[in-house]
Amino acid sequence: MELSNIEKLLERYFEATATVAEEEMLREYFAKEDVPLHLKKYAPMFQYFSIAKEEKFTGQVPLKPRKKSYIKWISVAAVSILIFGIYFGKSYQEQREAEYAYQETKKALSLLATNLGKGTEKVAYLREFEVTKQKIYNKN
Amino acid sequence: MQQTEFLNVVLPFKDKLYRLAKRLLVSKEEAEDATQEILMKLWSKNKMMEGYNNVEAYAMMMTKNFCLDRLKSKQAGNLKLVHSNYRDENVSLQNQVEVSDSLSWIERIMEELPEQQKMVLQLRDVEQYEFEEIADLLGMNATAVRVALSRARKTVREKLVQKHNYGIK
Repeated sequence: MELSNIEKLLERYFEATATVAEEEMLREYFAKEDVPLHLKKYAPMFQYFSIAKEEKFTGQVPLKPRKKSYIKWISVAAVSILIFGIYFGKSYQEQREAEYAYQETKKALSLLATNLGKGTEKVAYLREFEVTKQKIYNKN
Repeated sequence: MQQTEFLNVVLPFKDKLYRLAKRLLVSKEEAEDATQEILMKLWSKNKMMEGYNNVEAYAMMMTKNFCLDRLKSKQAGNLKLVHSNYRDENVSLQNQVEVSDSLSWIERIMEELPEQQKMVLQLRDVEQYEFEEIADLLGMNATAVRVALSRARKTVREKLVQKHNYGIK
């Protein structure tokens, strides 16, 4: 390429008005050996950019399988179900125990009530006896 | 999206992510860590990825944000980059050999640029992105990209000429 062309391109390059294709032309030009002396100072710049593009990522691409997250969620669900189960199971058992205690007390109370009824019946006889005793006293 | 399919999408531009990360974070190890992190994030979002029409641009943006966050937290934590000892001008033999190499000069000159100019220069001159793409990626308008790019290129030229003339004038 003509020298004057290159100089013009360089100017546009530094004003950042050159296109990508024109910049590519500059890079190609400066990659060659026969660059005139007064332009040689720019050569390292363009050479560096070409070299910098060659750098590669050498690390591993770390891809974990996604099954792990499922296991995590399943275990969370299992634990919560277990806790709820224990909680509700316990309260159900307590309810049954309370029912049983209630029935027993009821039985005991009714037993007490029947015996008390018997007692009052006997007391009624006693009153009858008292009344007749009074009658006898009054006659005399 | 299956693993192989994901790799097919990601592999063409993973080197670009790495180069951008390295440009910003300087250290090779940190850049590799950052790239892996980004790829992992992409993989974890791979269901959504089918909705993006430009995965590469999205990944580049993620890389940029990730690295800038890294740098910010590093400054806040007062940690210095491993490579900041580049700048002490010890005249060991190795350094002399290195300095004589113009190409590594440019790498060092680019390290001294502000982050934004660094990124613009990286994306344009190394990766050959169009101005509009760079503007989208960095959240600037195209004119601002041009200005930053021109400034960055001129700074590199100026410093390069300075170093060339060093010891001559």
